[in-house]
Amino acid sequence: MSDLEAFREETRAWLEENCPASMRTPAQGEKDICWGGRNFVFQSDDQKLWLERMGARGWTVPTWPKEYGGGGLSKDEAKILAQEMKRIKARSPLTSFGIWMLGPALLKFGTHEQKLEHLPPIARGEIRWCQGYSEPNAGSDLASLATKAEDKGDHYSINGQKIWTSYADKADWIFCLIRTDPTNKHEGISFILFDMASEGVSTKPIQLISGYSPFCETFFDDVKAYKKNLVGEVNKGWTVAKYLLTHERTGISEMGLPVPLNRLAVDKLGTNDAGELPETMLRHQIAEHEIDAMSFMFTMERAQDEAKAGNEMGAYSSFLKAYGTELNKDRHELIVKINGSDAFEWEGQFSNNGEIPRTWLRTKANSIEGGTTEIQHNIIAKRVLGLPS
Amino acid sequence: MAMVLNEEQQLLKESAEGFFAEKAPISLIRSLRDNKDEVGYAGHLWLAMCNMGFAGLMIDEEYDGTGFGCVGAGIVAEAMGKTLVAAPFHSSCIMGASLIQAAGSAEQKKEHLPAIAFGETIVTLALDETSRHDPEGTAMKVEGGKLNGLKTFVPDGHVADKIIVLARSSGEPGDRDGLSLYMVDRGTPGLIVDRVISMDSCNWSKMTFEGVEAAELLGEEGKAMDVLEPVLDRCRIVVAAELLGIAQQTLEITMDYIKERKQFGVPIGSFQGLQHRAAEWFGEVEVTRSAVLKALQMADAGGDIRWFASLAKAKASKTAELATNEAIQMHGGMGVTDEFDLGFYIKRARVLQHFYGDFNYHADRFAACSGY
Repeated sequence: MSDLEAFREETRAWLEENCPASMRTPAQGEKDICWGGRNFVFQSDDQKLWLERMGARGWTVPTWPKEYGGGGLSKDEAKILAQEMKRIKARSPLTSFGIWMLGPALLKFGTHEQKLEHLPPIARGEIRWCQGYSEPNAGSDLASLATKAEDKGDHYSINGQKIWTSYADKADWIFCLIRTDPTNKHEGISFILFDMASEGVSTKPIQLISGYSPFCETFFDDVKAYKKNLVGEVNKGWTVAKYLLTHERTGISEMGLPVPLNRLAVDKLGTNDAGELPETMLRHQIAEHEIDAMSFMFTMERAQDEAKAGNEMGAYSSFLKAYGTELNKDRHELIVKINGSDAFEWEGQFSNNGEIPRTWLRTKANSIEGGTTEIQHNIIAKRVLGLPS
Repeated sequence: MAMVLNEEQQLLKESAEGFFAEKAPISLIRSLRDNKDEVGYAGHLWLAMCNMGFAGLMIDEEYDGTGFGCVGAGIVAEAMGKTLVAAPFHSSCIMGASLIQAAGSAEQKKEHLPAIAFGETIVTLALDETSRHDPEGTAMKVEGGKLNGLKTFVPDGHVADKIIVLARSSGEPGDRDGLSLYMVDRGTPGLIVDRVISMDSCNWSKMTFEGVEAAELLGEEGKAMDVLEPVLDRCRIVVAAELLGIAQQTLEITMDYIKERKQFGVPIGSFQGLQHRAAEWFGEVEVTRSAVLKALQMADAGGDIRWFASLAKAKASKTAELATNEAIQMHGGMGVTDEFDLGFYIKRARVLQHFYGDFNYHADRFAACSGY
């Protein structure tokens, strides 16, 4: 038996033994997602147990080095773990910006001490992170940000405002882009980490059209941020941010890989004698969408294989982000159509307590957050297609 | 299987692209058209393609093929799409060879497969009977051992040595059962072949059967669909690869053009109005590449590939349509002149989009395969 086959057997046995039965059912929306952190309220003992067991093994972050709380798995082993989890329909034990955004950036740009301090608590789900990028006057033109740091010897004093900070009101720490040189646009930004419990930090949730408030306005008033928590070099934070954004984009684009729409439609509407959806035009629209969605799913698979083969992805993540989010918006338009007037129930059983209309509205931000579709298209045009400025 | 080309496939890709760029630049199809060439493809090119092993990609090594399979055929087809190569590739090397390999007796294989691989024999399939692709709807009957009726859109029909004819030995149009395949020589009495002057300067024929003797059965009588459908699917995926080549090449040609062409004192490629559309076009080519590669790999892996084939053919058809339309629009007036090559691409694209089922045909089939 090859090493990988042996690994698969061990993994299968371990998951069988350790994944609680209730964690082998599909997550029913936001409430079933485990974000971890100091203040997280677990939905069940099983949810907590599942996080603890996976965290202890480093399997919340399978490919991170063991010394930083990871599983130390190779890419092939990680793929097997993912396959085996999918096989028993195991939920993800932990979803976090620490894992898919900050972690990769720290692994690349952080010092050994920074990694030792910050990565293991991410892996165990003890510290929940948020991202302080956008400002009221720095959206698509992110590098014009103005939140500033004043040098106070061993620390900086931070003043300014961030906006669209996802879950800032629930996060324990923030990774933040801060202006450290007002005379230099891109080369005057630093990447700094600090505790959201610090004096001078306040947050205010923004209510969205979906009724949810995933984003906040975040205010910094003479906040103390220690210099040991500056990642990379002073004034070189833009490099870290760009690297991190490629991970964010890849993460967001993965939203385009859910249950095929036709299954939702057949459950809702049934089929006629020919075995087809009874509404011809709806059937046509779903088929057209699914052809794109499946092609995109295979593209995600191909992108992973290309990356594994050592082919640099870079600006490719902009294409994945733009395509994946536009698909997701289209998907939810179709879900609303499939559900007809049931989709309008803001509260009520036919819309899964408002999940259908609220998620539909939530997707409208997909093509805005993490860089708008238009910004991604600019990046593709210039960096991939080589078109002039 | 990883969705990247392995070393052997990468080499094939490089050699195919290099080969066609040198031996079959787009000027070749232009001269074939302008000279109203009798054969419709360049004999020396075809011979060279056969020497490269391209004619034997789908043929097992025991019959003198290279056995490279669908991924290999797709790589070659994509390269052909880039320079619009005219050659009896889909007809003989993909459909003809694969059908004989799948359904033929040992004698038939021995007789025809090496000859196809060496380019000595051209075999094609006579399938469509109307302007629509509908294999099960085939109405042509074989009665008393004779074939009567019309076949159309027969690729390379005017140069094929052997024609495989799909006809009904029992049942009614629309029935899956009752269809059979017959091998007929082009010179058989009663067979009238009319070459069609096609807008894409490639070659297909109308064939009128007037009591043509159906002496040689290929495969089991009445069960043609069982072998034909999977072979058609393989060919559809390879055609999708050629459409991908067209989409990719027109993108590259157009990006080069809009970097150079100046208006208002700047390259038009600096305008966001074009940049964003170019980025969307790039995205569609990329997802098409994935759908096609996945389908090619699944075809080589065996098993039911209907879903994958319809996905790839539908997606590639849609993307090629977008690509050729955008290419012309971004070239402005130059795009609609015959001097520029884009006319060749859009004409070829539309013919291939329709070939063995267009977007609507395959979107419908994709839905049916998915259970709705």
